[in-house]
Amino acid sequence: MHLLQLAVLLPFLGAIIVPIIYYYTKRLHPGYVALLFPVSAAAILISLRAAGQHISSMNWMPHIGLNLDFHLDGFAFLFTMLITVIGTLVIFYSISYLGRREALGHFYCYLLIFMGAMLGVVLSDNVIALYLFWELTSISSFLLISFWNHKSKSIQGALKSMLITVFGGLMLLGGLLSLVAITHTFSIREMIAMRSEITASPLFTVALLFILLAAFTKSAQFPFHIWLPDAMEAPTPVSAYLHSATMVKAGIYLVARFTPIFAVSSLWIYAVTFAGAITLFWASYNAVKQRDLKGVLAYSTISQLGLMMTLLGIGGISLHFGHDEIFYMSIVACVFHIFNHASFKGALFMVVGIIDHETGTRDLRKLSGLLHVMPLTFTAAAMGALSMAGVPPFNGFLSKEMFLTSMFDSSESALFNPFAVFLLLALVIIGSLFTFIYSIKLVKDIFFGQRQALPKEPHEAPLMFLASPFILISIVIITGLIPNILTPMIESASSAVLNKPIEHIHISHWHGINPALLTTLAIFIVGTLMVFAFDKWKKIYQLQPEHFTFNTLYQDALQYSERIPHSVNSKIIRSGSRLHVMLIFGTLILLTIAAFLMNPIDLGKWQLAEIRIHEVILVVIILIATYMVLIAKSRIFSIIMLSAIGYSVGLFFVFFNAPDIALTQLTIETISTALFLMCFFHLPKLTLYGETAKFKISNAVVAILSGLAVIVISLVAYGHRFYPSINEYYIKNVYELAAGKNMVNVILVDFRGFDTLFESSVLGIAGIGIYTLIKLRYRKDDEHEETKK
Amino acid sequence: MEIIMIVLAGILVSASVYLILSRSLLRIIIGTSILTHAVNLLLLTMGGLKGGAIPIYDKTIKQYVDPIPQALILTAIVISFAITAFFLVLAFRSYKELGTDNLDEMRGVPDDE
Repeated sequence: MHLLQLAVLLPFLGAIIVPIIYYYTKRLHPGYVALLFPVSAAAILISLRAAGQHISSMNWMPHIGLNLDFHLDGFAFLFTMLITVIGTLVIFYSISYLGRREALGHFYCYLLIFMGAMLGVVLSDNVIALYLFWELTSISSFLLISFWNHKSKSIQGALKSMLITVFGGLMLLGGLLSLVAITHTFSIREMIAMRSEITASPLFTVALLFILLAAFTKSAQFPFHIWLPDAMEAPTPVSAYLHSATMVKAGIYLVARFTPIFAVSSLWIYAVTFAGAITLFWASYNAVKQRDLKGVLAYSTISQLGLMMTLLGIGGISLHFGHDEIFYMSIVACVFHIFNHASFKGALFMVVGIIDHETGTRDLRKLSGLLHVMPLTFTAAAMGALSMAGVPPFNGFLSKEMFLTSMFDSSESALFNPFAVFLLLALVIIGSLFTFIYSIKLVKDIFFGQRQALPKEPHEAPLMFLASPFILISIVIITGLIPNILTPMIESASSAVLNKPIEHIHISHWHGINPALLTTLAIFIVGTLMVFAFDKWKKIYQLQPEHFTFNTLYQDALQYSERIPHSVNSKIIRSGSRLHVMLIFGTLILLTIAAFLMNPIDLGKWQLAEIRIHEVILVVIILIATYMVLIAKSRIFSIIMLSAIGYSVGLFFVFFNAPDIALTQLTIETISTALFLMCFFHLPKLTLYGETAKFKISNAVVAILSGLAVIVISLVAYGHRFYPSINEYYIKNVYELAAGKNMVNVILVDFRGFDTLFESSVLGIAGIGIYTLIKLRYRKDDEHEETKK
Repeated sequence: MEIIMIVLAGILVSASVYLILSRSLLRIIIGTSILTHAVNLLLLTMGGLKGGAIPIYDKTIKQYVDPIPQALILTAIVISFAITAFFLVLAFRSYKELGTDNLDEMRGVPDDE
């Protein structure tokens, strides 16, 4: 066991140990035990990074390519730190958040599984392991969203996120396997080394689209963003951890990780840039109208993820045209913003959880004037929100500035025409404006204004509850004031994304007067005015159609996917056996037609016997008897005609020199006729149930076509005899080897005796069956009722 | 002759499919019996009907009819007899239990909706 594998497996170990400890010691809050695992994982990762150990592999299932090969580069290290550090804070926070009446063992089990899976996602170099951990994050996220499983909204939210992210997960599998098919390697690093072959492959676009779909669904990009607001039914620590800081960034991680392979394609750059920009605009526009605190933060998360996606798209240009410094600054901005967003959004979620916990509501219309009641909470909320809005001196300002600069720089790329640049800038500037508005409005609505009646008497939260958000806020302030302490981390992470060393990055507050700064100033001024005039322009939200949203689309799709199979199934299954028989014979007919359309009929060589007059007479007799059976009105008549057919067939066997089967046929025909007569005595009169003309004609069409199909198949088969029959052997050896003269009998009992053995068994089983059917009777009680119902 | 036999078998198949598609249990069983005859005739025909002696060994005879299809048909006749007998008793019992031999009325237990 290498240390790197140990770091990933530690949380899984915790997921087993914590519930066991919880089961035996109810006094100790299991959160304290759970804290050990992320802390020790973080310690291992930091020491490995300091020691310069990057790669470690462990065989698991080498024959299917699944190995625990981990690669700790700068980008993965950034993510592991977010996962373990914020994980630690979230667990600490949840100790205060979740009371002892909750199912704590389950909670920490799921949370630690998620943590391990997330570490696995960001560290895996093996694509199959990446997929495995990816799905594990979806599953543990599903379990965490539905943690309060007595609420139907939780279950629906969990189901929705599961369906959408697992759809993306399957796309990921498709994309990764396409890459494996091209490169014949399971390692991402080797794939990056072979990128020219990947680009040349016809599977390139397929792999690209699949991986983008996976990333967009996981990172809640437009139009797959609908699951994230509904996932807010989860406990707030879960929202803070999964749905702001870590899991939703798995898609960002994926796009960044595969940028060296795919960014040579302009499709990738366009898709990533514009999906991100549209998401940024749409989600920040919608965040303003939310009335639920977590709803605001959910839409805000979606829009910030869109921002990161856009930056990755622009950053990809540097790979498209060779390394160009202004574009890879965009990657640097993205990496920086990943860090910043995790810090302030985690803090904001925790603050919202505290408000919810201390006031009993998350409804923005009820909350107001809490400034003097909860001053500490206000401080944390205000700093987080200002950072989110991009106000100096917080870290959000720095990454926002870098973001806007990158967007303005994109106009220098030959890849974008003026219209595209205009569209992009319009989307991101309006998006940033709305980001400013909802951030400021959030704080203004909660903490200022008149106090209203609340479900609980509000009071300041205990310090232990506030500790986690304050640690995150202090990170926001420190990295805002002295951003260059992060430079080594950002440099190594950006180099890992671009697969090329990047050095000498300097982040500062003052760049001189440039378009980005002017835009930011304009956003501040317009945004502040709009916050205070919100009542005047909030009508624009009514312009949106109520019933045509992506949510209703999803609901309808879900409903139809249940209703259509159900109606089809009930039609086919409940329609009775006639339709089934028709389908079976219809398939035979269609297959025959298809087979003979593809292969021209060639009757081949015919070796025909001459036609003899008595045989023709027999044929005529059979035809007449068959016709009589078809039109028979009484059962006795139809059974006599049936035996006429049977005896005629027996006669055919006589004419064609088959004495044994003739004998058998005549005997059996007699017995069957007797049996028919015996049963008919008990059965009702032959009635033609509802034989309308339409019924008859449809039956006749199927019947005639099946007969024709049999005729065609037999004729063609008879015309093609590729090999002589094996019967020479039987004829030659029947006397020498088997000491018998009757060839049919010798074949039956000697050459092919097994057939006969089991044929007798069939007869025996039928006999037992008949005996049972006649003897076994239910007593005339409820059993009979049930069959009649 | 083979062509005539093949066409005859096809007509028998048509008749049996037509009977199987009807709603009366009796006619369905008659249909399956006719299908058996059709298949047996087809088996014999596909082996070739060109003359030859009865397949009983005799040193003086050079040409026999093919014994293999005959063995196969013999097996098939017995099995189909067993099945027909079973079907008949099944029809008899289900009529006694359910009081109908109309297939449309035998819809099993309605599923819970």
